[in-house]
Amino acid sequence: MTPLPISIAAGVASFVLLVVVLGLIRSRRLRERYALLWLLTGLVMLALSLWRGGLNTVAGWFGIRTYPPAALFAIAALFVILVLLHYSTVISKLSDQNTILAQRLALLEQELRAGGER
Amino acid sequence: MAELAQAAEATATARLSLLRRVAIVPAFNEEQSVVRVIDELRAFDPELDVVVVDDGSRDRTAGVAAARGAHVLRLPFNLGIGGAVQTGFRYAFEKGYELAIRVDGDGQHDPAELAALVEPVLDGRADIAVGSRFAGPSAGYRSSRSRRVGITILARTVSLLVRQRVTDPTSGFQALNRYAIALFAADYPHDYPEVEATVMLFKHKLRLVEVPVQMRERSAGRSSIGALASVYYMVKVLLAVLVSISRRNAVPLEER
Repeated sequence: MTPLPISIAAGVASFVLLVVVLGLIRSRRLRERYALLWLLTGLVMLALSLWRGGLNTVAGWFGIRTYPPAALFAIAALFVILVLLHYSTVISKLSDQNTILAQRLALLEQELRAGGER
Repeated sequence: MAELAQAAEATATARLSLLRRVAIVPAFNEEQSVVRVIDELRAFDPELDVVVVDDGSRDRTAGVAAARGAHVLRLPFNLGIGGAVQTGFRYAFEKGYELAIRVDGDGQHDPAELAALVEPVLDGRADIAVGSRFAGPSAGYRSSRSRRVGITILARTVSLLVRQRVTDPTSGFQALNRYAIALFAADYPHDYPEVEATVMLFKHKLRLVEVPVQMRERSAGRSSIGALASVYYMVKVLLAVLVSISRRNAVPLEER
């Protein structure tokens, strides 16, 4: 069984994560579409921290018998990797769009200057 | 009765002609249908300015719309429906339009319904009038079952939050006065915007009136929303709506 202090600490941490993410959405510093994965992370972690029997079962699937919290850490790591991968795709898209914007701006500026000289 | 309706329509057109008015048509790969939409808008009101917001189309949407005499705002890449429509609102605000009509570029909104749609705004009864498929007696609109369930869930949630019966919170067939234009020019939700925008209107104490309309099947192209995506949007929109009810208000753009 997971030691109780670990369950409590993980539960509190997940709850704080959820509150912080919701607060960021509310203050418009985080868009909903980028928050969903964080919220899912928080909810899954919260569920597995509080439902200790469930964590045991999940740990059992992966052959972890002696120390169930190891499964909790592994799942947390998995979610962090997912979030990072998601952000990498977002950054790539932003960078492509930034290039297009700079090119369009250069063309527009040239057109404006050419118009002014005429 | 018919004469009465005709007379009402005549006065609506007369009052309409006193206003600076524009139709905002967001279009993403709609070269097949956008010309017809422009023509139908002109048939409703020959003096209506039409601005097509081309949301990064890969086909000839911008070209055919410009050739038909519409103003075309061409976005450098796809912003999604929210960003595209807000571009139209910004344009309407900057150019001093007093009435904006929003009609989708895919042809599902019938401009023949516009006389009824603009009525509440012209009367000063509403800041925004929204065409609803489900407010009228005859629900002639065909739609997939899952989509109807989704719309019902959203409609119930929104109705509760804004304390007013809203039957079609995803409708993009709208008429807006200058207050609503100024608000949405300053702040408009992203990629499935109408539901959250309804909550924004309520928080800003703008008046929304639903007008029963019929909508057509899409005349060309495919809906931008698939099955898995709809589930994602449902979750996202519900989250956005629930958060936005507790959010600080945006400031509408100032008149200069």
